Amino acid sequence: MNETPLWASESFWKKIAIWVTAGSFVILVILTMDSLSKTGAGSKRVPAYAVINKKIDYQFKTALHKSMPVIGDNEFLFGKEYSEEEARQLVDLGKKTTQTKNCMNCHTILGNGAYYAPDLTKAWLDQGWISGEMRENMMVKFLMDPANNARTFGSNRKMPNLAITEQEAKGIIAFLKWMSSIDTNGFPYNFKTIEAQE
Amino acid sequence: MNTSDLNGIIPKSNRLLDKARTYLDDFKAWVNLDSSNLSTGQQLAVKYFTVAVILFFAQLLFGMLAAIQFIYPGFLYEILDFNVNRMVHINAMIVWMLYGFIGSIYWLIEDESGTGIVGLKWANIAFWVLTGAVTLVVLVYLFIQIGPGKDSSLWFINEGREYIEAPRWADLGITAVMLVFFYNVVATFSKGQWSGIGGVLVLDLIALVGLYLAGMFYMTNITHEQYWWWWVIHLWVEATWEVLVGVIMAWSLMKLLGVRRKIVQTWLYIEVALMFGSGILGLGHHYFWIGMPEYWLSVGGFFSALEPIPLVAMVVHAVYDAGVHAFKTVNHPALAWVVAHAFGNFFGAGVWGFMHTLPQINMYTHGTQWSASHGHLSFFGAYATINIAFFYLAIQQWRGGVWMAAGAHHAWRWKWALGLLNAGVVGMTIALLIAGYEQSFIERAVEGSTWGGYFAAQNEPSFQRAMGWRLLFGGITLAGFILLVWDLLTIGKGETRKIPTINQS
Repeated sequence: MNETPLWASESFWKKIAIWVTAGSFVILVILTMDSLSKTGAGSKRVPAYAVINKKIDYQFKTALHKSMPVIGDNEFLFGKEYSEEEARQLVDLGKKTTQTKNCMNCHTILGNGAYYAPDLTKAWLDQGWISGEMRENMMVKFLMDPANNARTFGSNRKMPNLAITEQEAKGIIAFLKWMSSIDTNGFPYNFKTIEAQE
Repeated sequence: MNTSDLNGIIPKSNRLLDKARTYLDDFKAWVNLDSSNLSTGQQLAVKYFTVAVILFFAQLLFGMLAAIQFIYPGFLYEILDFNVNRMVHINAMIVWMLYGFIGSIYWLIEDESGTGIVGLKWANIAFWVLTGAVTLVVLVYLFIQIGPGKDSSLWFINEGREYIEAPRWADLGITAVMLVFFYNVVATFSKGQWSGIGGVLVLDLIALVGLYLAGMFYMTNITHEQYWWWWVIHLWVEATWEVLVGVIMAWSLMKLLGVRRKIVQTWLYIEVALMFGSGILGLGHHYFWIGMPEYWLSVGGFFSALEPIPLVAMVVHAVYDAGVHAFKTVNHPALAWVVAHAFGNFFGAGVWGFMHTLPQINMYTHGTQWSASHGHLSFFGAYATINIAFFYLAIQQWRGGVWMAAGAHHAWRWKWALGLLNAGVVGMTIALLIAGYEQSFIERAVEGSTWGGYFAAQNEPSFQRAMGWRLLFGGITLAGFILLVWDLLTIGKGETRKIPTINQS
């Protein structure tokens, strides 16, 4: 009677702990290899950087019950067609700039970050840029001098001046355009793009 | 500048230094702590605790500034912008908790292994290196803030990735310090004796240090970058940190209540199995919307939904042990904070996490104040509480092992500090939850997450009221913190009754 049953013994749970941890980790490593191979730039889910040469939209697919990125015809950024390497460099500059300017501690990117300013996942497609023709110009101006081109939507919250150069601004815009083409499993839901408005 | 100016400055700065020294001496005399009550390892531990408390204050201070900016957006505009305050707020939190953990481990390994810390000299150097680096990083955050879009900014200013913003030079420094810490732990157990607690601790530290490396790389591909970034953040706070506090809790329960080693170690193994069994693949709940394949919706949803189970087990464990031992302990504040930890961990990390972890609801709550609500209650409930409990254990020893239970003087202070801190954090959590509900509904479900929708939700009266309540409860938290510090500095002062030795039963 006084003997500890197996299921309550220390050594039993020690073994369970080791096996469960090791097993979970092995599964995670396998899933990681699979996931990374399916999401490289140029994959079906994460398009190549040269996608910034194309028109991008985000449309609700009734059959799938979610919105999906839709890549259309040519729509050059800043009137220029970029090679894949040029596009990668521009997106890279933009991505790096979003980090060095600490964008993520006000905004969310792919829904991650702080909640003081809007999500940037589909910022390229936002109706706030009024029309496809005005968008690029408005974005450059806004990024370089946000205080004087403030878009507060009645909230009085203004983006501060972050000393963003014109080249960095163009990089950020390229990064945002590329990011809007990533298949995010339907997040955000029910998003109406600037294209839907037009 | 001519030499006569210099002649004036040197004596002036000397006078200033003398004054500062006098103040420091007065302060030490008032606190009246005797470090000869501590072993050399414990003396190192209390250094870590001291910095932890200072950083805890920084966390609250910058949190308050950010909370004010939600209500008055012009406050400190272009001086200390929201992103700076928020970065210092969350970084100070991560770092003070790590300081608390490291201190707690240095404190307990001597007792646990039965020998003095091996490589103590290196441990002391590592402490000063780490503290110097943290100071420098914070000064750069505050005074330089941002840099141009170049690699050099990532190396020397900030990496711009939530929670692990520290520039890369500091990443390398932190890793080096962690390796010294790891060496101390392994070498000490190897010289003394190993135990179940020691084994779990060492394996957990390998994972903890190893994971930090996953967050040090820059990638253009945001989907890949966020994938690895979550390896660090999630596998720290929802796996390895949880196991680390399991270790600290196991040891504390033996010390506080005299619970038998066999019981706490069996519980610890069960917790490790449940925590890693749910938490490692629960990582998938961060992969729903960052571009990763759809199977993460199922994997992440399922395993993260299991994450509360070990936390329930911990509540049962703490309450059962406390009950069996009829709450008889020699350190009431520490036991109270351990109980606060068990419940806070379960509600903050468990319930609040579960509420929005399934993809069907997370689609609407992701990136709203829901996350902030969950973050506040879980970090406080799971990690702040256990660190505070340990501060009380440490101060008791520092005072020379005096009585801190029934009939202790000025007990109202720790009780009110406990009450105010918990009420403050719970109040903020509820306010942020209301804001999160409102955002999920207006911004996400109705307006479809456009910028117009975002601001429509931010301008709603219910959201704005919630931000007001959050600020108020933030103030209550701060008041609780001030009382806590006062209590930690004075508790047990003038107490002559010593604690009896606790026997394990």
